[in-house]
Amino acid sequence: MKNCFRNDARQKVTGTARFADDLSFPGMAHAVPVYSSHVHARISALLTDEARSMPGVLAVYTWKDVPGSLSAGQIHADCPIFVKDRIRSTGDVLALVVADTRSSALAAAEKVRVRAEDLPLVLDTEEALKPDSPVIPEGRPSNIVNHHKVRKGDPDVRMEEADLIIEEFFETPLIEHAYIEPECGIALPREDGALEIYGSVQHPFSTRRFISAYLARPLASIIVHGHAVGGSFGGKDDTASVVCARAALAAVDLGRPVKLLYDRPWSMRESYKRNPYKMWYKAGFTKEGKLHSVISRTLSDSGAYTSTTPWSTWRSAVQNVGPYELNDIRADVYGVATNNIFTGAMRGFGSPQTNFAFEQIMDMAAEKLDIDPLEIRRINAVRDGSETITGQVLDDHTVSLVEVLDKAAGIIGYESRKSLNTRGVPGEDGKLRGIGLACSYRGCSLGAEGMDFCCATVNVQFDGSVLMDVSVFENGQGAPSAMMILASQMLGIPVEKIHYNASSTATIPDGGTTVASRGTLVGGGALKDAVDQLKKIIRDTLKKHLVDGDEDIEFRDDRIWGSRGRSLSWAEAGRMMYLARVYPFALGTFQAPPVTWDEETGQGDAYFSYVYSAQAVELEIDPKSGVCSILNIAAAHDIGKAVNPPMVIGQIQGGIVQGAGMALTEKFLLDDEGRALSLNFSKYKIPRATDLPDIKAAIVENYDPLSPTGVKGIGEPALEIIAPAIANAVAAATGSHLTSLPLDIKALTKSMFEETES
Amino acid sequence: MKKIKVNGSEHTFTEEQEESTLLSFLREELRLTGTKNGCGEGTCGACTVLVNNKAVRSCRYKLGRAADAEVLTIEGLIREDGSLHPVQQAFMDAGAVQCGFCTPGMIMQTLDLLHKNPEPTREEIRKALKGNLCRCTGYQTIVDAVQLAAARMMPSAQCTTYGQ
Repeated sequence: MKNCFRNDARQKVTGTARFADDLSFPGMAHAVPVYSSHVHARISALLTDEARSMPGVLAVYTWKDVPGSLSAGQIHADCPIFVKDRIRSTGDVLALVVADTRSSALAAAEKVRVRAEDLPLVLDTEEALKPDSPVIPEGRPSNIVNHHKVRKGDPDVRMEEADLIIEEFFETPLIEHAYIEPECGIALPREDGALEIYGSVQHPFSTRRFISAYLARPLASIIVHGHAVGGSFGGKDDTASVVCARAALAAVDLGRPVKLLYDRPWSMRESYKRNPYKMWYKAGFTKEGKLHSVISRTLSDSGAYTSTTPWSTWRSAVQNVGPYELNDIRADVYGVATNNIFTGAMRGFGSPQTNFAFEQIMDMAAEKLDIDPLEIRRINAVRDGSETITGQVLDDHTVSLVEVLDKAAGIIGYESRKSLNTRGVPGEDGKLRGIGLACSYRGCSLGAEGMDFCCATVNVQFDGSVLMDVSVFENGQGAPSAMMILASQMLGIPVEKIHYNASSTATIPDGGTTVASRGTLVGGGALKDAVDQLKKIIRDTLKKHLVDGDEDIEFRDDRIWGSRGRSLSWAEAGRMMYLARVYPFALGTFQAPPVTWDEETGQGDAYFSYVYSAQAVELEIDPKSGVCSILNIAAAHDIGKAVNPPMVIGQIQGGIVQGAGMALTEKFLLDDEGRALSLNFSKYKIPRATDLPDIKAAIVENYDPLSPTGVKGIGEPALEIIAPAIANAVAAATGSHLTSLPLDIKALTKSMFEETES
Repeated sequence: MKKIKVNGSEHTFTEEQEESTLLSFLREELRLTGTKNGCGEGTCGACTVLVNNKAVRSCRYKLGRAADAEVLTIEGLIREDGSLHPVQQAFMDAGAVQCGFCTPGMIMQTLDLLHKNPEPTREEIRKALKGNLCRCTGYQTIVDAVQLAAARMMPSAQCTTYGQ
């Protein structure tokens, strides 16, 4: 067993790691948010006097107290810090009560009164597109948030030539991130005029932008610290940033530290979720199993605010039919506003939904054409030199889809076990049994959706120790540990010699958000640039001590080596560099290779490279009870190169279990009037330790020449195909495809059993 | 005044405090912030501590019930020489730590398990940890860690250096 390296593990197993709520500062006041029972309403009066007069209350803040913009956002500035005249969803916050103690603030928050007139609600994306629907976004003509297209070939004509057409509707629900640490933000006004923030946030630079907008303060005066964060999975950006901004507003006004700690029900009520999807697909195949035409329409529920819906739906367009060759397609993906809790980034970002649909379509076609599901994927898989549906030719990295498919199939014993599929007829043991596959390609990093860059610093000290800082942030995934391992390998020094600075917005420039499975790729790229520069600086300065002419120097075995066996320790080199008055310091940058996109045709080189993934599931269903037991799970992912293999495996296991929750149990419920029902873990069921078996995961490494370190990413590939793999296994067991999530296997077996009885 | 022993040190609390939770006493009064609050309803297990050697959900455990009890929290596991308890070390070595927010509760629940069953199977481990939620790891490396700790803690085992 190879031990796992994490620079934060000791603190986390001893309870000394400091998460936001573990911090406390002298004179700190406590804030709590105020919600209303309205979901969509026009506010006529907000009454705060009684709350203000309660014991211990320091202030009650509303929209009137906001010095900057009332709304901010990553794409559209529409996410309110406090609502002004209109409530748009159950998560909207009307006011913030600040008191000496949390209990005083809680008691006073009960006394804030709102008078509001309810407005007609729209909670469904199809309803929201009707001409008579109330329009939710301010100042917009309709509820359409965005419309992404893919236009290639002539799918209408081709569809008529198809030997087989699969036409199907799929649906996925609101999904909660369910990080175990709820949101918390602490703001401290500093005597020099700066504002310090500690918070449970995914990306300090994003939080800084939100605070800057709401408070009308320059970015440079806001310092957001990076520290331990109890999970995010995409979910601690907008909402967590607004939480910090509210604390910041109060702290600046009161001139003292303010903590705003969310309890679980507030977190569940207010925080953005995974976009629910409705997907209509029509897919044409030849009788040989070749996919040859697709027409699709997708509605993605953005809820009351925009957040990242235009970006996540873009990925749904680019990866609309999975990792298959196809020349004729028309895909339309809409983001649609409703009065639901708003939706935004969540691990997978627009692909788990489309994969759930299209990976089942592949199995439906395979079944109708009497082709094995693995074989139909081999027939259609992208390979070296293939062209994607967006017209991108995959000729500059290893296209390993078939390799990972064969690997996952091999691990689970697909060829020998598929004969056990029961297809709705219980076996001798009375059980239904099935094996299912799914695969994907996933564009690396942001692609044409955003600006893709990162930076890192390497700073050798007088004693030869190394201080480093990378503009990627720790959310639990182990990003700093991976950066330290890379630096240790590049510099030929033990990892213990490196100190990773807990980065803040004041220690390093913005490196883009910690999203899109991009940390190791972009951070590693920036780090490599920094190390290359550093080595050149050291070589140019110290070459007279190490080499006779122009030979290279080497960095290995914790020393710096020249020719004829000459070498320096790092301490010697550090001292000599300073005596020469040359800084052994470098700022490295990473700029992603160019990508292109045409919004009208949906054509372009969408991402500079792709991760290839396959997962397989074997399960058993008791036809009487409908209880589904997952027996085996296998996964294979080509991530280019694994920097910290135990953590890569940890990402694969964790992503699969999170995705299995989406497949089997998770659905965030709202009542008919848009009020949240799933307000805690007793109501929102995420997987427990007993729910899934051990996972057999394989890392496939085809060094990616498009990444400076050969590395790609794993966070999201791990999650995005397990739901369709389970759904395909359920279909192999029962003979029926379930097209909405979570899979209602009990209802399916009940209907099958009753049919058998009659 | 009522007495309570936490990690070997005696503390007192008043009658008014009896109705508050053990968790708030640990975190707010004693500043022992290693014990976490994930849900406040006893569902997630992040607040797990040992009261008289038994795992309890401190967010739902009234402080009054802990009068005269011995409480052990994550902070009480580290030895005086700074070395870690074998369960802590195993969580590190097995890669069972990601975000770390569930980790203290998981470790305390593991201690409860290993008290009762020093050689649990993987299935028994999964059952024992059923009430502790983790959203990062998928639990598998946590089960690995508990097995590793159990092996290292067996009195006869020559495996104190296992994995090193």
